[in-house]
Amino acid sequence: MFRMLRGDYGGQILIALVVLACAIVPYLNLYVPPSSPFHLSTFTVTLLGKYLTYALLALSVDLVWGYLGILSLGHGAFFALGGYAMGMYLMHQIGDRGVYGNPDLPDFMVFLNWDQIPWFWQGFDMFWFAMIMVMFVPGVLAYVFGWLAFRSRVTGVYLSIITQALTYALLLAFFRNEMGFGGNNGLTDFKDILGFNLQSDETRIGLFVASGIALILGYLSCRAIVASRLGRVAVAIRDSEDRVRFIGYRVDKVKLAIFTFSAVLAGIAGALYVPQVGIINPGEFSPLNSIELVVWVAVGGRGTLYGAALGAILVNYAKTYLTGALPEVWLFALGGLFVFVTLYMPKGIVGLMRRRQKEIGA
Amino acid sequence: MRPTSIAIRHWVFAFILSLIAGFSTAVHADEAIFQGGIENLLAKSFNDKTQGAQQIAESGDDRAEQILKALLDRQLFSTKSDKTLVFFDKDTDATQAKQVVSGEILPVTDVKSLQRIRTNNKMRGVIKRLIANIQLSNPDPVKRLAAVKEIMGKVTSDQIDAVKTLSESEPNAEVKREMETLVQLSELQSSDEDVVKAAIIGLKGNMNQQVRPKLEDLLTSESAEIAASAKTTLEAINKKVTWYGHLETLFFGLSLGSVLVLAAIGLAITFGVMGVINMAHGELIMIGAYTTYTIQHYIMPNYPGVSLILSIPAAFVVAGLVGIIIEKTVIRHLYGRPLETLLATFGISLILQQAVRSIFSPLNRSVETPEWMSGSIQINEVLSLTLNRLYVIAFCLVVFAALFIVLKKTSLGLQVRAVSQNRGMARAMGVKASKVDAMTFGLGAGIAGIAGVALSQLTNVGPNLGQSYIIDSFMVVVFGGVGNLWGTLISGFSLGIANKFMEPYAGAVLAKILVLVFIILFIQKRPRGLFPQKGRAADS
Repeated sequence: MFRMLRGDYGGQILIALVVLACAIVPYLNLYVPPSSPFHLSTFTVTLLGKYLTYALLALSVDLVWGYLGILSLGHGAFFALGGYAMGMYLMHQIGDRGVYGNPDLPDFMVFLNWDQIPWFWQGFDMFWFAMIMVMFVPGVLAYVFGWLAFRSRVTGVYLSIITQALTYALLLAFFRNEMGFGGNNGLTDFKDILGFNLQSDETRIGLFVASGIALILGYLSCRAIVASRLGRVAVAIRDSEDRVRFIGYRVDKVKLAIFTFSAVLAGIAGALYVPQVGIINPGEFSPLNSIELVVWVAVGGRGTLYGAALGAILVNYAKTYLTGALPEVWLFALGGLFVFVTLYMPKGIVGLMRRRQKEIGA
Repeated sequence: MRPTSIAIRHWVFAFILSLIAGFSTAVHADEAIFQGGIENLLAKSFNDKTQGAQQIAESGDDRAEQILKALLDRQLFSTKSDKTLVFFDKDTDATQAKQVVSGEILPVTDVKSLQRIRTNNKMRGVIKRLIANIQLSNPDPVKRLAAVKEIMGKVTSDQIDAVKTLSESEPNAEVKREMETLVQLSELQSSDEDVVKAAIIGLKGNMNQQVRPKLEDLLTSESAEIAASAKTTLEAINKKVTWYGHLETLFFGLSLGSVLVLAAIGLAITFGVMGVINMAHGELIMIGAYTTYTIQHYIMPNYPGVSLILSIPAAFVVAGLVGIIIEKTVIRHLYGRPLETLLATFGISLILQQAVRSIFSPLNRSVETPEWMSGSIQINEVLSLTLNRLYVIAFCLVVFAALFIVLKKTSLGLQVRAVSQNRGMARAMGVKASKVDAMTFGLGAGIAGIAGVALSQLTNVGPNLGQSYIIDSFMVVVFGGVGNLWGTLISGFSLGIANKFMEPYAGAVLAKILVLVFIILFIQKRPRGLFPQKGRAADS
């Protein structure tokens, strides 16, 4: 496993940082008294945990965009689907503690006068089943969508636009109450996960560490794919799809495999995101979100994996700061960032750092 | 319409009437009945008052309609001192009242000296019918038509005879038809089977709302012949109604389609001809809409019609300039990198949205619709076409035609097509490619601005206006085939019509989802859209 990381300094640093954070953050939150300046509030821990899930999501986008050349404007949909699967499990855990006190039905179904739980909610009361669904649902969607699109050689801009149509269609669909996913309000008011209270500091720390581990594992698996023969073919497809096809590779199968894996990864990120922020609603499907996460990758540096994670964390930190301090400025800043990065930093922050290194080396 | 303006009209009307009454010497009305009616109106019981109203109507006096209307509008009073009837409207003029019989003006010092002639619901129903009866012989056909509609289904047998006689001498075809419907409807209840049968046949193809329920009642008639005849007639009518229902859906679909075409056609130029994916296209539409709002609200607030027409060139110029600035500063550096262009223009769209929020406020603004655009054309009982939709369809076609002419017949169009087909060759022939790029982008942006003017008439103008159209616009262009204006036109209209035809079965949201899914699947089959570009330009 470590052989894989040889020469990948960025990846080494990223993993080291995440490991370090997983060790220090719990200590600073649980054992340093709140009066100390080094104490980390639970709010901050949750925020950091959220950034880690975003980093994992950015990783999944970078895998398809940076190494396969597919600009997906619909990855937010896979993220949200994973989140919804997790949310359905969490809704089951509320039991009779909802506003209406119905032990079988979530509040919104009672509100809609449904008398029994719909078939697609069956089984989500079991954690293992929900976890399989977290990966299965986005995976199947990506597989079917990819099978259709790659087989008929929809590429480039067209693919981007239909992925956007996909997430837009899902957005509209999840807004409907009849879909049985809580409509406009989505799923919220979660109480506990695996018997642990979601509001307690220990659970939050647990989720943070789980996100950290997921990010490391996600990074390692992406790196493994990129370093493998499959990964090399993928890069070749990115650079010249037709040549790879003429050499005799089945381009559609390579694309399908990596695209599906990437969707599964996004789904896992969504599943870790939901218990930390405590809500999942159709807004997560909005095309804007999906485009935004492409920008995280672009800012960090496309085609480097660790750059994507870095970009996700940095941009979201800036977003948290700006929306709090200067809410008017945030969209200007984000928009300006889009333009600036594409015009002047085609390789992102990582590209800038590499150039600096080369200059120093030379 | 506000009640005061009704009242003003009412007074004007009253004034003219009194003039006429003053000059006309040939008063053939039965003065005694009229006077009796006036007396009865002053009585306490509602029955007496109803009788009074009927008498006034029967008298045929010129003042009858005015009196009954005032009674209905709660503007008929009696003075407490000497119990005379007066017209009084405290909203327009609280200082004077007008005597009903003599027409004299009385000063009113204290409102309490007057007592309103009260009515109850039953009485108001009777009065409405009486007014309608009077209006049936009004010289204005519009008023006669309204009167027939008013009494439709609520008539007594003696009124039917009156209408029958009137219908024979009725000069206006439409009014005549309505009158006949009225008579036939009442004949359906006749005890004479032959009369009923004749009436059923007479009602064939009549789409009046009251006809169908009455015919349905006859389906259970004792006479099998009548029931069968009613059934055939009813089925024929229902078929006709469904057919017109489809026509209406088609019209809605065309109007939605023309909105889609308007929104997408600018994109068809920037994306289709130049290959630039302009995610800020929606915001250029928004700029057009806000230009309309600014002109109408700040520059000429009192002329909604003129300002709307002025907005069209203004929006074209403003949005076009913004487009040229975007092209010169950002897009120019990103030619040949479509995915990067997509991201950068998306950034621009965020900036423009926030700019509008900061300048105008995040709230929606409403743009006034000029009077000549509101209202509708009534084709028949079940089909009416709203004027603003008609205007949008026409506007869309005009814009399309104009754009088509620009691209095919002007030297700019020639250069645009040359650059889009083969850049290097075009430059070798002396075309300034970079200038043409800026002009093309400006043209596409300007058209988006014009679309904004049209949209401002249909929806609220807000910072999110553009976002809600951008995905639809891309779908239209991709579905139609990139680089093909005709494709955009056909795809916009067909998506709009498909959407509207699915809506009754699936609901608005599901219809939209189905259309999206359809396009996703369609792209798999034909990745280059309905009308793919042919020839050398297709490779790039």
